[in-house]
Amino acid sequence: MSVDLEPVIDSLKNEFPQDIIDIKEYRGETTLLVSKERIFKICAYLKDGLDFTFLADLTAVDYLEVKSPRYEVVYHIHRFGPECEENVRIRLKAELSEEDIEIDSVTPVWSGADWLEREVYDMFGIEFIGHPDLRRILMPEDYEPFPLRKDFDVRNREASKRSFEKALEEGAD
Amino acid sequence: MERVEFISEEQVIINEDGTRTETMMLNMGPQHPATHGVLRIVLHLDGEMVVKAVPYIGYLHRGIEKLCEHITYQQCLPYTDRMDYIASICNNIGYILAVEKLLGIEDEIPERAKTTEVILFELGRIESHLVGIGTNALDLGAMSAFLYCFKERERIYDILETVCGARLTTSYPRVGGLPLDLPESFEEMVRNFLKIFPTTLTEVENLLTRNRIWIERTKGVAVISAEDAVDLGLTGPSLRASGVPYDVRKATPYLGYENYDFEVPVANEGDAYSRYLCRVEEMHQSLKIIQQAIDNLPDGPYIADLPDIVLPEKELTYTRMESLIRHFVIVYEGFKPPAGEVQHAVENPKGELSYYLISDGSGKPYRMRVRGPSFVNMQALSQMVEGSLVADVIASIGSLDIVLGEIDR
Repeated sequence: MSVDLEPVIDSLKNEFPQDIIDIKEYRGETTLLVSKERIFKICAYLKDGLDFTFLADLTAVDYLEVKSPRYEVVYHIHRFGPECEENVRIRLKAELSEEDIEIDSVTPVWSGADWLEREVYDMFGIEFIGHPDLRRILMPEDYEPFPLRKDFDVRNREASKRSFEKALEEGAD
Repeated sequence: MERVEFISEEQVIINEDGTRTETMMLNMGPQHPATHGVLRIVLHLDGEMVVKAVPYIGYLHRGIEKLCEHITYQQCLPYTDRMDYIASICNNIGYILAVEKLLGIEDEIPERAKTTEVILFELGRIESHLVGIGTNALDLGAMSAFLYCFKERERIYDILETVCGARLTTSYPRVGGLPLDLPESFEEMVRNFLKIFPTTLTEVENLLTRNRIWIERTKGVAVISAEDAVDLGLTGPSLRASGVPYDVRKATPYLGYENYDFEVPVANEGDAYSRYLCRVEEMHQSLKIIQQAIDNLPDGPYIADLPDIVLPEKELTYTRMESLIRHFVIVYEGFKPPAGEVQHAVENPKGELSYYLISDGSGKPYRMRVRGPSFVNMQALSQMVEGSLVADVIASIGSLDIVLGEIDR
């Protein structure tokens, strides 16, 4: 574990003894697996208590047939420091099962999470509870499937065709 | 069929005498020359004032993240330069670095390749800032500054063309280093550019920095405070113009940036004018980096000696059976990084670009996530323009320096 992150992880462990499920270190990056119920509290603590002011990235991964629970929401959270050693980044992961595809939104913590969560919703269909404006962002509004899911059929063009035809109809009107 | 409403109901105010005050809805884009691509912004206007601005994106969505799940790591490279096509070389190098980190071969990359990548990366930065400043000025009516910028951009394209054969979609370095040694004329071309470019940069500065119209159109426009900028996740010149000195090259150095002597320009006003000043100063700093890099460009191997990952030399592929077999295996199956995940961030001209790669041990990425700076920076637009004039929307978009290819991916 890199030296800079030790106090952060200790502090998190003190604050949330039950919710840090696993800690992994790979290629110099630290990943914490946390329980999804407490993700909002952990993020708020990281920001207010430990000064992780910058949400670098928020995304999701679909592990269909690879492992269960199926989805992971991944947060990359960054703390600025004046020296380069003081810039630290931590990766949080929360697991979501297929049946309960909801997680608390972190938009109240970082407003920059707004579009990132919308993109995850758009691509994976993961619902963010408490998001101010959860709707599709890259795909058409009336598009049905969720493209980045692993069971998305790339050869099936029906959904895009429907959206396109609807747009044509509206345009002709 | 529902009719398109030009009046937004939520913005209707019933006055005391019973009259109605309504805001007007104006659709800006998707086809609009000043939105720098296919961006649509729905503006709710009260006269000339913007009450609300809602951006709609996705018109250029090609599903690059999905596409990359079906192809090998090398095949993903050309997709990356179709994201931020203004500085495609920077996207390419960012992706290559992420794959190298996933493979754990960062220490094996020869110095010659690293130094060349620094030069190309900084050329890409200058190229992108030239387009950013040029088009921002063009949108506000300053045609001549735009022409000066684009003239120099051609020179960078010439260098890129000499090195990798393509001007715009470079797809250049390879995992492990450079595909071929640098052409002989490379050093001379870069030195020539270093000689000529400062003059043009001064000319652009003379045209804009003290230009009264430019100052009045950009100073105090699209202001964003340091707290808001960090909260919204802004990066790049848009963040540094608000006073936060975050630069990935300094924060988590890659490609040996810690060995170069350069400054990170920071401004405090957080408006469009200070973003412009930051970009100009960054170009000066990039020139400084290129100068140091070209002076210390080492000789020696240009690609790592890793037979499992790097393609054999073309000549050997034609003449030797073993090399041909190796070539086929790498092309067909791809190299196989060990199962695991990495995130690697680089300081793209527009902000932090990071690739999050997950390998399941096969030759194709299980997941490739691109965190593009423009996508996140774009979120700040509503906050910047609400309460300002319609004309300032153009200045704001230009000063954020977005590229829709990377927002929509």
